[in-house]
Amino acid sequence: MVEHAEFGSYYGRPVIKAPSWAARDIAGYFFLGGLAGAGSVVAAGAHLTGRTTTATAMKMSSLVAVGLSAAALVNDLGRPSRFANMLRVLKPTSPMSVGSWLLSVYGPAAGAAAFCAVTGRLPRIGAAATLGAALTGPAVATYTAVLASDTAVPAWHGAHRELPYLFAASATAAASGMALVTGATRESAPARCAAVLAAAADFAASAAVERRLGLVAETFRAGRAGALLRSARVLTGAGAVAAAGSGLLGAQARPVASAGGLALLTGSALTRFGIFAAGIASAEDPKYTVVPQRERLAAATAAA
Amino acid sequence: MTAAETSPEHLLSGPEKDPAGDAGHRDAPPRVGFFTDTSVCIGCKACEVACKEWNAIPEDGLSLSGMSYDNTQGLGASTWRHVAFIEQPTGSSGSRPPAPPAAPGPEGRALLPLTDAPAPAASAPGSGELRWLMSSDVCKHCTHAACLDVCPTGSLFRTEFGTVVVQEDICNGCGYCVPACPYGVIEQRPTDGRAFKCTLCYDRLGAGQEPACAKACPTESIQFGPLDELRERAALRVDQLHEAGVPEARLYGHEPDNGVGGDGAFFLLLDEPEVYGLPPAPVVTTRDLPAMWKHAGAAALSLLGGVTLSFALPALTRRKGSR
Repeated sequence: MVEHAEFGSYYGRPVIKAPSWAARDIAGYFFLGGLAGAGSVVAAGAHLTGRTTTATAMKMSSLVAVGLSAAALVNDLGRPSRFANMLRVLKPTSPMSVGSWLLSVYGPAAGAAAFCAVTGRLPRIGAAATLGAALTGPAVATYTAVLASDTAVPAWHGAHRELPYLFAASATAAASGMALVTGATRESAPARCAAVLAAAADFAASAAVERRLGLVAETFRAGRAGALLRSARVLTGAGAVAAAGSGLLGAQARPVASAGGLALLTGSALTRFGIFAAGIASAEDPKYTVVPQRERLAAATAAA
Repeated sequence: MTAAETSPEHLLSGPEKDPAGDAGHRDAPPRVGFFTDTSVCIGCKACEVACKEWNAIPEDGLSLSGMSYDNTQGLGASTWRHVAFIEQPTGSSGSRPPAPPAAPGPEGRALLPLTDAPAPAASAPGSGELRWLMSSDVCKHCTHAACLDVCPTGSLFRTEFGTVVVQEDICNGCGYCVPACPYGVIEQRPTDGRAFKCTLCYDRLGAGQEPACAKACPTESIQFGPLDELRERAALRVDQLHEAGVPEARLYGHEPDNGVGGDGAFFLLLDEPEVYGLPPAPVVTTRDLPAMWKHAGAAALSLLGGVTLSFALPALTRRKGSR
């Protein structure tokens, strides 16, 4: 912990501008996009291994999540009526442009997969859509990390290497949680396994993010972001333990698995809201912009 | 400061000779910009007013900030020029340089004494005397403009003059440019939803006129012209100030190899940049974009692999169990 870092500022005002994005819409979208994307992979796995109840449930979950995502994104625009301008160009330098195109491929695939699973019609198209959604889903789940880190926000940009892994882990935790809540208990072995893997990866990636950020990691521990992220860790850990434990319980497994699944879902959501809040906090305090830049300058001077 | 990951074409970061040409403009006129020499700024705010008037920018608050004479407080959607006022005790703090002996004016300008009494040669430490720093801030029109790079609609574009402009009829108010800017310049107007910032008076440039702020500046603190010419002029000016005993004079944003590939609007400052609310060493966020996409791809594959493993493991253990 660096205390009382000496730095100059203009009346303590922030150097950069925090995004005006609403946490509900954008952090909510990070969560929902992850749930949808990773959910499609779980759905495809269940589909291919004949776990039909879980497959159908996860396809529906992904459709609802991606639908809510789109609504949140349009709602957050300053000019919602102009949302179609998102598809005016395709710009690899703009993660938001790439994401819009990604969603416009993934969304219909997820929709077709769910439609075919629920109605039982067009099974071949359903299978193809399931695979399509499973292949684009992971990108939907991780590109949002690039969306956040491709900014001047110190807590997001500073973690640009680790954030995609954290988002992937958090998305998998959410999807496995959803599978535990909505899937059939006898089909839940893969979801239990994924929950444990995801929680472990989530903790490892979180630790790597905080190590990388140095001084800026304060924003992950203090205030609202700190409270959200601490709660997220408790819920994700408890969810993974409950998921693993439910495998040993036999007949009483269902309620434990459901509770674990809910904890995993909530943990994933809180992780995204926590990271979002940390980013806002790091943008609003000039310390997190000025001090790391000063340190970089000093290091460059020392090296020269 | 330049990136290890810089692409050979320098499209995302690093020195870039011809931003307008790289944006597809053929036979582009020379790149233009601002050199703001804060050593002659008198804090009159004529630039703020001229900018508001010419660009028909709406009023954005009439509150008193308590920040010296600065009630504008910062650049934003409805403030495209902003005059900072800094009051510094002279000689009282170790980190603050003593007051300069009246900085010399630019060449050919007669300096009028403000009072009849000669200024004290050096104010004694702790004498309670102040020095004023005043500086007119503006969009930097970066060579590598993060706002432009991240704009998903193509609303932000590079003009033939090498400047960066928002097309108001395209912007859908996604707000991505706002946190992307390493200087905190561009902002969404709350009543409108769209993002706005300095256009370097694109309409006036097209008509062969200089931007309104430079036109209105009474002390030539704001100088407009071809960027190469301004950089030469700035180098001469900073030498002149150093010779005249103002060692703290320094240029900010002028180097073509800085974190944003050189600012189209750069400054002569009399203290550290952060004192003026400027970042000391900003880097365009998209410099690291190739690394980000690489990690996002690897993370997506890990997700796919992790879930596949989760389906494979139970199947394997079951098969083992049945044997």
